[in-house]
Amino acid sequence: MREIVIKTENLSKRFGTFTAVNEINFEVYKGEIFGFLGANGAGKTTAMRMLCGLSTPSSGSATIAGFDIFRDTDKIKKNIGYMSQKFSLYENLTVLENIHFFGGIYGLSNQQLKEKSEVLVNKLGLYQEVNKLVSSLPLGWKQKLSFSVAILHEPKIVFLDEPTGGVDPVTRRQFWDLIYEASDSGMTIFVTTHYMDEAEYCNRICIMVDGSISALDSAPNLKLKFKANSMDEVFYALARGAKRGE
Amino acid sequence: MRTLKFLLQKEFKQIFRDKTIIAMILVMPTIQLLILPLAANYEVKNINLAFTDNDHSAYSQQLISKITSSGYFRLTGYNTSFKESMALIESDQADLVLEIPQDFERNLIRENQQKVFIAVNAINGVKANLGGAYLSTIIQNFNTEIRMELVTPSKSSFIPVIETTNSNWYNTLLNYNIFMVPGILAILVTMIAGFLSALNIVREKEVGTIEQINVTPIKKYHFVLGKLIPFWILGLVVFTIGLTLSRVIYGIVPMGSIPLLYCFVGVYLLAILGFGLLVSTYCETQQQAMFIAFFFVMIFVLMGGLFTSIDSMPEWAKIVSRFNPLSYLIEVMRMVILKGSGFKDIRYHFFIISIFALVLNSWAVWNYRKTS
Repeated sequence: MREIVIKTENLSKRFGTFTAVNEINFEVYKGEIFGFLGANGAGKTTAMRMLCGLSTPSSGSATIAGFDIFRDTDKIKKNIGYMSQKFSLYENLTVLENIHFFGGIYGLSNQQLKEKSEVLVNKLGLYQEVNKLVSSLPLGWKQKLSFSVAILHEPKIVFLDEPTGGVDPVTRRQFWDLIYEASDSGMTIFVTTHYMDEAEYCNRICIMVDGSISALDSAPNLKLKFKANSMDEVFYALARGAKRGE
Repeated sequence: MRTLKFLLQKEFKQIFRDKTIIAMILVMPTIQLLILPLAANYEVKNINLAFTDNDHSAYSQQLISKITSSGYFRLTGYNTSFKESMALIESDQADLVLEIPQDFERNLIRENQQKVFIAVNAINGVKANLGGAYLSTIIQNFNTEIRMELVTPSKSSFIPVIETTNSNWYNTLLNYNIFMVPGILAILVTMIAGFLSALNIVREKEVGTIEQINVTPIKKYHFVLGKLIPFWILGLVVFTIGLTLSRVIYGIVPMGSIPLLYCFVGVYLLAILGFGLLVSTYCETQQQAMFIAFFFVMIFVLMGGLFTSIDSMPEWAKIVSRFNPLSYLIEVMRMVILKGSGFKDIRYHFFIISIFALVLNSWAVWNYRKTS
């Protein structure tokens, strides 16, 4: 039996009378790349924000890395990394300063910071840019840097909210190489996306429609089940019935 | 502690990298302290005066030259009829009209009494009041001089007069700058610290970096302290610059203890930074934060006792000003800088401002949520 790192039970979020996320249940295994798909407004980001402790669930329960989502938020935060839809490194700090700042507040020692930033800079090929302000980097590099910073403290799980939005295909490919690498080291990746080709890269895919989960399986199984040739067709088949987002 | 160190490092780097903030910190105190005390002045000068002299006598000429030589009035019209002079008031070219009636000189000598007429444009109440009063005083003086001329002193009956002598304390020469500068310094510190702290957190919200901070194990108090401390230091720097400038430019040396002054400003800054934090926790965009902070700072300034004395405000306004932290700082600044008051004299202010600091900061921390 594989180790479960995320488990939700009837997890819901309501804003007034609007139910953004409606009683979702799923499990994510250690080391897995778990894709979270859905149209705009389907509730992906809200669900992810709840799992990261940015938003308090209205009802239901969930455990992240073995910790309860209501009681142990601080312990959860030590064990997760997060990369939001918006670029969220400090634009007016340099590459190195960002790495040191985020590493530092996760409690890395000076020695660790030094080593890790060297490894990271080498891996991303950012030697020339180390002391440049982050605002001067092209978007693709920013996203790769942002991901690398999010996993700097070696979290058990990393949450990526549409990490490759607006990035060119080559950089997207490189970005996914980084994801695979992290996954190989045993890290669990929880990623939301709009790109169906990216969905195929995931071990399992969960498709949300109108706040509920309407399908959860691996890409080949989903295609088989919906008698579709591509994930695009699977997604259309499911999302066509959506009432929201019009 | 280490977390705080990283937060402070980051904050200071960002502040020093932001040229606008640095410019504001250096330029704002200089400009405000240079311009405001000299320009924002209660003394009314350059009152526009129009004459209608129906007498054309030596006395009427004397009166007019006496008035114009006083330095307060500027002659804008010399008309033959009152109507023409009134037209000047209507077109806003004159603030006052003085009408000297026919036979002014004759009646003054023969009948020992005469009337002149003053018409005042009272749209600007202060100017009208003061202008009217200045003019009346000058005419009265003129009157006394003439009586001295006309009446031989020996014959005059003895009139008992109460003569007052006064001596001015704390600001001997009634120098307007000395009164204004400490207050302006207080406003400066308030504006810099209040606005900067209010905008800073909201900016992180707008850019989205606050999300990244909120998923980290950083404690609330770490984050708030990481924001408070840099701006607290910045506030004290601005205060030091201001204090130095007011010494260099206006020669104002605090009569009281400077450490005491710094202690009070230190506590006051905590209160005003708490205010800024509180505003930022209620706002989503910098625009909102700017407007709300501006709204309050405006009230703080107008009801702080700098431009208008709190003592002469109506009762309800006095009560409102008790909830205005700036009014305490302005008072303390004047007390310590001009009068040399000690801790005993301002302990009440200390107490109140500490409560402000405590309430505003607790409220802000309480309202700052890492989750939604």
